[in-house]
Amino acid sequence: MKPQNWVNPLRDERDKRLPRIAGPCGLVIFGVTGDLSRKKLMPAVYDLANRGLLPPGFSLVGFARRDWADQDFGQQVHDAVREHARTPFKESVWARLAEGLRFVPGSFDDDEAFARLAKTVAALDEERGTGGNHAFYLSIPPAAFPTVTQQLAEHGLAGGDQPPNVWRRVVIEKPFGHDLASARELNRVVNAVFEEESVFRIDHYLGKETVQNILALRFANQLFEPIWNANYVDHVQITMAEDIGLAGRAGYYDGIGAARDVIQNHLLQLLAFTAMEEPLSFEPSQLRAEKVKVLRATKAVGPFDQTTARGQYAGGWQGGVKVRGLLEEEGFAPDSTTETYAAVTLAVQNRRWAGVPFYLRTGKRLGRRVTEIAVIFKRAPHLPFDHTATEELGQNALVIRVQPDEGVTLRFGSKVPGSTMEVRDVTMDFGYGHAFTESSPEAYERLILDVLLGEPSLFPANEEVELSWQILDPVLEHWARSGKPEPYAPGSWGPPSADAILARSGRHWRRP
Amino acid sequence: MIIDLPSTTTSQLNAKLVDLRMRGGAVALGRVLTLVIATDDSVELEDAIEAANDASRMHPARIIVAARGSRSAAPRIDAQIRVGGDAGAGEVIVLRLYGALARQADSAVVPLLLPDAPIVTWWPGHGPRNPAADPLGALAQRRITDSAAEKQPVRALRARAEHYAEGDTDLAWTRLTLWRAQLVAALDLPPYEPVTSATVTGQADSPSTELLAGWLADYLRVPVDRVKAAEGEQGIVGVRLERDSGPIELYRPDGRIGTLTQPGQPTRRIALQRRSVSDVLTEELHRLDPDEIYARALAGLRLLKARRKAGAA
Repeated sequence: MKPQNWVNPLRDERDKRLPRIAGPCGLVIFGVTGDLSRKKLMPAVYDLANRGLLPPGFSLVGFARRDWADQDFGQQVHDAVREHARTPFKESVWARLAEGLRFVPGSFDDDEAFARLAKTVAALDEERGTGGNHAFYLSIPPAAFPTVTQQLAEHGLAGGDQPPNVWRRVVIEKPFGHDLASARELNRVVNAVFEEESVFRIDHYLGKETVQNILALRFANQLFEPIWNANYVDHVQITMAEDIGLAGRAGYYDGIGAARDVIQNHLLQLLAFTAMEEPLSFEPSQLRAEKVKVLRATKAVGPFDQTTARGQYAGGWQGGVKVRGLLEEEGFAPDSTTETYAAVTLAVQNRRWAGVPFYLRTGKRLGRRVTEIAVIFKRAPHLPFDHTATEELGQNALVIRVQPDEGVTLRFGSKVPGSTMEVRDVTMDFGYGHAFTESSPEAYERLILDVLLGEPSLFPANEEVELSWQILDPVLEHWARSGKPEPYAPGSWGPPSADAILARSGRHWRRP
Repeated sequence: MIIDLPSTTTSQLNAKLVDLRMRGGAVALGRVLTLVIATDDSVELEDAIEAANDASRMHPARIIVAARGSRSAAPRIDAQIRVGGDAGAGEVIVLRLYGALARQADSAVVPLLLPDAPIVTWWPGHGPRNPAADPLGALAQRRITDSAAEKQPVRALRARAEHYAEGDTDLAWTRLTLWRAQLVAALDLPPYEPVTSATVTGQADSPSTELLAGWLADYLRVPVDRVKAAEGEQGIVGVRLERDSGPIELYRPDGRIGTLTQPGQPTRRIALQRRSVSDVLTEELHRLDPDEIYARALAGLRLLKARRKAGAA
């Protein structure tokens, strides 16, 4: 045990050079043959190793239904790293990492496989000094969670059976259920084996620098916070658009739809960051307390047939390519009511945001791939210019571009050069890439490191997940009762009913 | 794009920079600092610019190179502006200063500094004994020297310890970061016992080894032995921290792979390759406030010296 009064004599909190290296530990990935694992997780692990942030002796165990030996697995990881890693490939770094690669073949209901896993993990503690600390990354369908967590518990791999200063953590990916009831059930299943503080729910948006920068922008500056309220803000638009369709993803997407897939997690988290009050500190518990407060105050505004919209992309031409509509995509029922576009109107019922609508929208096969938060300000109350002078002046806006082209845009009016007074919108642009780094770490790098360090700030807690479903459930129930989604042309910005939501109050969607 | 402006003045240079921005917008991106490179007009100049360009991809900067040319020549400035593909993520202004101007580099640099942005001065080769008192150093919030590039590295380092001012830093210190990180992390593990003494082995004239020993001496307050490495071994070779239950040892004989041994843990191999100049410069530009830990490591050099004498006596 660590004595109470032990202070590391070499540690100095002012020492900002020292990287946060995780203590001795290993990572076990279930579903290691999947796309996510190949394209994101394994490259992220290598990038962390390359940046010197993994502990010496770090081990990576893959678990999947493949007849592989450790070397075959090593080859797979090698190929994935070669193809997808962000940082340059260095043989010396790879050689160190490769020493810690293990593979356990088996299926989730195979007792013997889990016994082998337990043995492998114990052997790693012995050979590599991982100290009994392991994170289990469940990159698998949620339906398999109960089986796997149960197996982990039965084979003594879960947290409960470990000595006091040894940790076991579990990492899970969305979807966290499909409504409030199923989310609660899922939490119950996972929490039965792993305590809530050892559960890390990945929302990769929170690993993005630009999302963390929302906190810096709002709370480290004097400039924005005074106007960040209903006195000055007219409304807020949060958009996540993708230009790709759903070919090949029917199994996951059919019956889920855009609202469950994106609004419930990513967009509501972005809303929480945008609307929350200033936390007392950046302690994980303080940050969560403020997010929970703001989510608790958030409600979907009705009547839903006027404040929400959903759509399904039709076939047609998009960006020079002929694409199929959702109903013609392979795997989708020809009468599927799964929405590929969803827009909702939310209200945050507190003094800061009273009367400010938050419009959230997401969709597939839209104009381009973009995620952004646009805070649109009220018009100046009195303009000493005549009408013609300000005809082209829009509302001031602050846009946080989450991806791509990360940065912040500020839109305001400026005089057009010339002998007449004429005011027109101009933009001031901050590009994250320009001002800082061309190679900011991938979201998964940051999040995996935080799991290994046991730093939970950037992971939604189960209360946040349940509150998000509470916000969205009434809308989903309304949609389930009201027929089919409206078709929209591929490459457009959604169905006409989406424009109607804002038009009713004289507003319009920003073209991102 | 490279634009040569022979025998010019800073006003002409500034006008040209504004003109470039108006026409191309090439240099209109957000720059976070001005990096002044103080050097001689020699072959090392291009290496320094290349490293700075690399670092500017992480920290976009206006890079001003003040290259001292021949002092006996007629006083003049030969300038060069590099933007776009020849300048990383910022712009590079090379000033070749001749005659009396070679001693008055600050007069040529000041008009070209970015408004408001912090200034960092870097001496890639031989630097002043007292960086904060140097005219180009006095301009800057942060002064980066490189003791390893001096003819007598350890002596230069000790001079800098004498003249230390807030904002000083040295690339010999930056090269240590990976070592320090491993040692700090090793002490975070059981058994939680105090260190009783330490040994640092390295090349006789390796300033990084000196600093590592100084850092340990100041933070641990135990006797630190500085041992000279055998022929052929480069830079820092090893560190050994003695504790009652057994030593922590980090050993890197080949300059690439380190071996970490400590009681209760299997031996581990760690990639500890020597870092490139652009890599350490990038780390340096990450923070622009005084580095108190470096100050303490410099202070620790005195403890070392005193003990060595005491041992000899």
